[in-house]
Amino acid sequence: MSSETDHDLFADVDLGWEHRKNRIFLGLIFAASMFGVLMLALLLFDVATDFYVGLTEYNINLVDFFTRDGSRREELSGFRGAIVASITLMVLVTFLAFFVGVGSAIYLEEYAPDNRITRLIEANLANLAGVPSIVYGLLGLAAFVNGIGMGPILLAGAIALGLLVMPIIIVSAQEALRAVPDGVRNGSLATGATQWQTIRNVVLPAAMPGIMTGTILALARAIGETAPLIMVGAIFINRMPRGPFDRFSAMPTQIYNWANEPSQHFIHLAATGIVVLLSFLFVMNLIAIYIRHRYETEI
Amino acid sequence: MSTEEQSLITTEVQTENTTRADRPDETVLEARSLDVYYGQDQALTDVSIEIPEHKVTAMIGPSGCGKSTFLRSINRMNDQIDACRVDGELSFHGKNVYDEDVDPVALRRKIGQVFQKPNPFPKSIYENVAYGLRVQGTVDDVDLDDAVEQALRGAALWDEVEGKLDSSGLDLSGGQQQRLCIARAIATDPEVILMDEPTSALDPVAASKIEDLIDELVEEYTVVIVTHNMQQAARISDRTAVFLTGGELVEFDDTASIFEDPADDRVEDYITGKFG
Ligand SMILES: Nc1ncnc2c1ncn2[C@@H]1O[C@H](COP(=O)(O)OP(=O)(O)OP(=O)(O)O)[C@@H](O)[C@H]1O
Ligand SMILES: [Mg+2]
Repeated sequence: MSSETDHDLFADVDLGWEHRKNRIFLGLIFAASMFGVLMLALLLFDVATDFYVGLTEYNINLVDFFTRDGSRREELSGFRGAIVASITLMVLVTFLAFFVGVGSAIYLEEYAPDNRITRLIEANLANLAGVPSIVYGLLGLAAFVNGIGMGPILLAGAIALGLLVMPIIIVSAQEALRAVPDGVRNGSLATGATQWQTIRNVVLPAAMPGIMTGTILALARAIGETAPLIMVGAIFINRMPRGPFDRFSAMPTQIYNWANEPSQHFIHLAATGIVVLLSFLFVMNLIAIYIRHRYETEI
Repeated sequence: MSTEEQSLITTEVQTENTTRADRPDETVLEARSLDVYYGQDQALTDVSIEIPEHKVTAMIGPSGCGKSTFLRSINRMNDQIDACRVDGELSFHGKNVYDEDVDPVALRRKIGQVFQKPNPFPKSIYENVAYGLRVQGTVDDVDLDDAVEQALRGAALWDEVEGKLDSSGLDLSGGQQQRLCIARAIATDPEVILMDEPTSALDPVAASKIEDLIDELVEEYTVVIVTHNMQQAARISDRTAVFLTGGELVEFDDTASIFEDPADDRVEDYITGKFG
């Protein structure tokens, strides 16, 4: 066919304005998605300059920063205690929230009948996931720190953070379980497996990458939470916690503490702390992305 | 369907089944006035049928007439559907499987199932086949490697997967996956194998492999198969049950009689393609 007949063939179809609308819309949504990237870049740039200035003008030594605990004296201050506290918190939060969270998700997805009570529980969980984090701090303070007299110890902070991330873990684990096709469940049951054997051998292994990804992302949220830890009194502590029953200050509360100091040296210590905290978040997100990509082709 | 095609089918039926047809009928599954409901909707109405041992019984009928529902009632996979309710009696060797003292898990260890869509587990080929033996706790009594090989041979898959038992069952082709599912079902040596349109997701070559396989399986097992393909029902089955819309079992007879000389006009209309 010649190009002339092609031209004649479609001459009566005028799509000019439609195509222009397409391009305008595309431009708008691209700008919208770039906005987030731009803001993140600005934020990182700001932190990076503070970090750089801290290293060069205030002679913050990274080795000292990682091997010393906090101190009233700015030139002696380090981040070790806070890092150890945060890692201990994450381990405790994982123990507290993972099993309860995944257990609830298994119950809700695999066992619970589809009735009013189940729907009520699910609606409650969705609401819980949206409760402001400071409320969990208040709960931790009222029920554990004061209520049962734990005091402002690391375990109390872990409980507050555990409660905070549990609904997130439940919801993401539910999604992971729901993504397992019913075909394999039926295949297992029809082979004479009990329901628990089916869950244990077929459903959970298939859902595990999704559950892990959700849990890591939930922990990444918990590691940066400041408000609940301030509420349970995890602040103004400089020493490294000796176990879960010790008083503590974690990475975000130490940063908060430093950022409130009048001295510029402390401000730049805070910036260095933020870089470390962001690196933790970054690595956790990378692990989550890796797990998701590694297993997404299965099933 | 033209008369020539019909007579073609008929001759095939007769040549295929001369040996099996001589066997005496021993009823293994029997439904009596079986009604199945999904909530308010009735999917099966007053179904009564006797399914003979070591024969292939085909279930045919238009879409939505309750064939899958009937199959699921046999091994109580209907229990998985919240809205599903069963009335009447369905016996396996004379025992009503809906009696209170029947454990559906135990029942399913004697009645295996192959689904319409191949559903291998996201595990290795070996583990897929060994799965039933593992969950049924019989691994200690048998040589697992040997049992896996036997099941894969039985499902006519061994030659194709012999060297790669450790690779994922999901990496097989659709037809191979379906034979893997058959191997999984026969590995635990059930008495009955239920097949719900096992070839509808497959190309004709893979489908004919499975048809040949069914022909061999029936030496050891009782096969109940749902199919939309009337030629397939005619080729492989000894008995044919015709369900029609409303969940009614309209006619159940020797496959040859159903296709040659159906008693019910509606069945004749259905198999000659006049409706459904
Ligand atoms: N899980 C379910 N919940 C509610 N209704 C169902 C369910 N499964 C089947 N039904 C209904 O029961 C009737 C019979 O369905 P069934 O799947 O048994 O038909 P079928 O003969 O297997 O059809 P097809 O040939 O299309 O597979 C249909 O009306 C269907 O809508
Ligand atoms: Mg069906």
